[in-house]
Amino acid sequence: MAGKVIVLTSGKGGVGKTTSAAAFAGGLALRGHRTVVIDFDVGLRNLDLIMGCERRVVFDFINVINGDAKLNQALIKDKRNDNLFIFPTSQTRDKDALKRDGVGRVLEELKDSFDYIVCDSPAGIEHGALTAMYFADSAIIVTNPEVSSVRDSDRIIGLLASKSRRAEFNLEPVAVHLLLARYSPERVRKGEMLTIEDVKEILSIPLLGVIPESESVLRASNTGTPIVFDEESPAGRAYHDAVARFLGEQREMRFLQPERRSFFRALFGRA
Amino acid sequence: MASNLVQGAVFTVMVVRAGMLRDPAFDHELADQIQRSPRFFLNAPVVLDLKQVAEFAHQSEFVEAREILRRHTLTLIGVQNAVPAQLEAAAGAGLASFAPNAPQPSRSTPREPTRSATPMPAAAAKTRLVTQPVRSGTQIYARGADLVVTAAVGAGAEIIADGNIHVYGALRGRALAGAGGDVDARIFCSRLEAELVSIAGHYLVSEQLPPEQQGFPVQIALVDERLTVTRN
Repeated sequence: MAGKVIVLTSGKGGVGKTTSAAAFAGGLALRGHRTVVIDFDVGLRNLDLIMGCERRVVFDFINVINGDAKLNQALIKDKRNDNLFIFPTSQTRDKDALKRDGVGRVLEELKDSFDYIVCDSPAGIEHGALTAMYFADSAIIVTNPEVSSVRDSDRIIGLLASKSRRAEFNLEPVAVHLLLARYSPERVRKGEMLTIEDVKEILSIPLLGVIPESESVLRASNTGTPIVFDEESPAGRAYHDAVARFLGEQREMRFLQPERRSFFRALFGRA
Repeated sequence: MASNLVQGAVFTVMVVRAGMLRDPAFDHELADQIQRSPRFFLNAPVVLDLKQVAEFAHQSEFVEAREILRRHTLTLIGVQNAVPAQLEAAAGAGLASFAPNAPQPSRSTPREPTRSATPMPAAAAKTRLVTQPVRSGTQIYARGADLVVTAAVGAGAEIIADGNIHVYGALRGRALAGAGGDVDARIFCSRLEAELVSIAGHYLVSEQLPPEQQGFPVQIALVDERLTVTRN
């Protein structure tokens, strides 16, 4: 087995990288692919919370890089899906602990037993983010429909084209995809957000999916359940669509129109 | 460092065919041409093309040619397509040798020059071509050349050229043409959304760009030391 390394990155913080990494990894696992999701945000560990495994962390990514623990001691198996594993990071160390050789060695080892290795990058363009993107085969650029996020994404795409291992060794370039998160059709209609077309035009990379802004995402985060396990949520279904498109399926974009609120739903609030 | 003492550079030089120098019609036409753009021709360097010219075997002929061109404000700096004897005479007159130089007195199939007598610029400096989007944070410098970008230039990107800049896409970053001081350099773009445009050190920031030109295909030139933006 030769697994593929996918990095979720954005440059800007707070756009939904970790949520998307958890959802994407969950979506791949639900489709039967053996998937591990790694937290590269050393010192600001969050993925374990989003995945709901924070109370089972014993060893972490840094321990394995330093040779203090074995891979199978640090990997946490998801309770909902047998194909899904979580690889948490250290909360006490900082990004300098991500030594490139060590990270490369660990990823090579993971490639032997997983189909997909999903890397949740930290924000910024410093060592942590650069290390997360360095080994990527594919990159998913998580962007919100607003100018600062789009500009930071543009910067990250440029870095992927120049600073990745594939760029350094003149291999086939990293496949770059756009995931537009926190999209609110209502606010786009009012002119408060960039449209999908605006973002696509500025970044000129293929659009993998549009995730609608949804309260269910916050609820999923707080309960430690990746949103793809919520079959009812539009955001969860949008992530499933994005995963399908990533795997080469053709799917129509959904959830692009403002939701029609019926009289009853307006009365009783939204589910 | 010694390596800094000798630097390569690429220049545009006019080439004048030697056979036409003494032709009164050529003299007239050249004077006419120069009158139309005197600044362009003032002290402009010229290379004498000796292709299939039997004369110019004596130093004095090169001195004469230099005088003729001098009257037109042009400066003779060298020869090309010279046979060895011509090359020697040219060197005696203090002229440089520009490739190609003919090893033989004449080619096997002589061809009549079909071009008009107007002096032709020699091959221009190589243009730097960029086909990928120029992303935020990237800087591209076309040294001694024009820069052509066939994609968008992102906000926060910077493109610089000693010559002209062409962007066949949206220009959202900074564009600095004529970075080496060429006041005749221009900036062309399919869609003006720039953060800053500059020609030979004169610049306008986004706020100072005419709002009615924003989002349109324009060219930017330096006219009387002011940047002017005109719709293409």
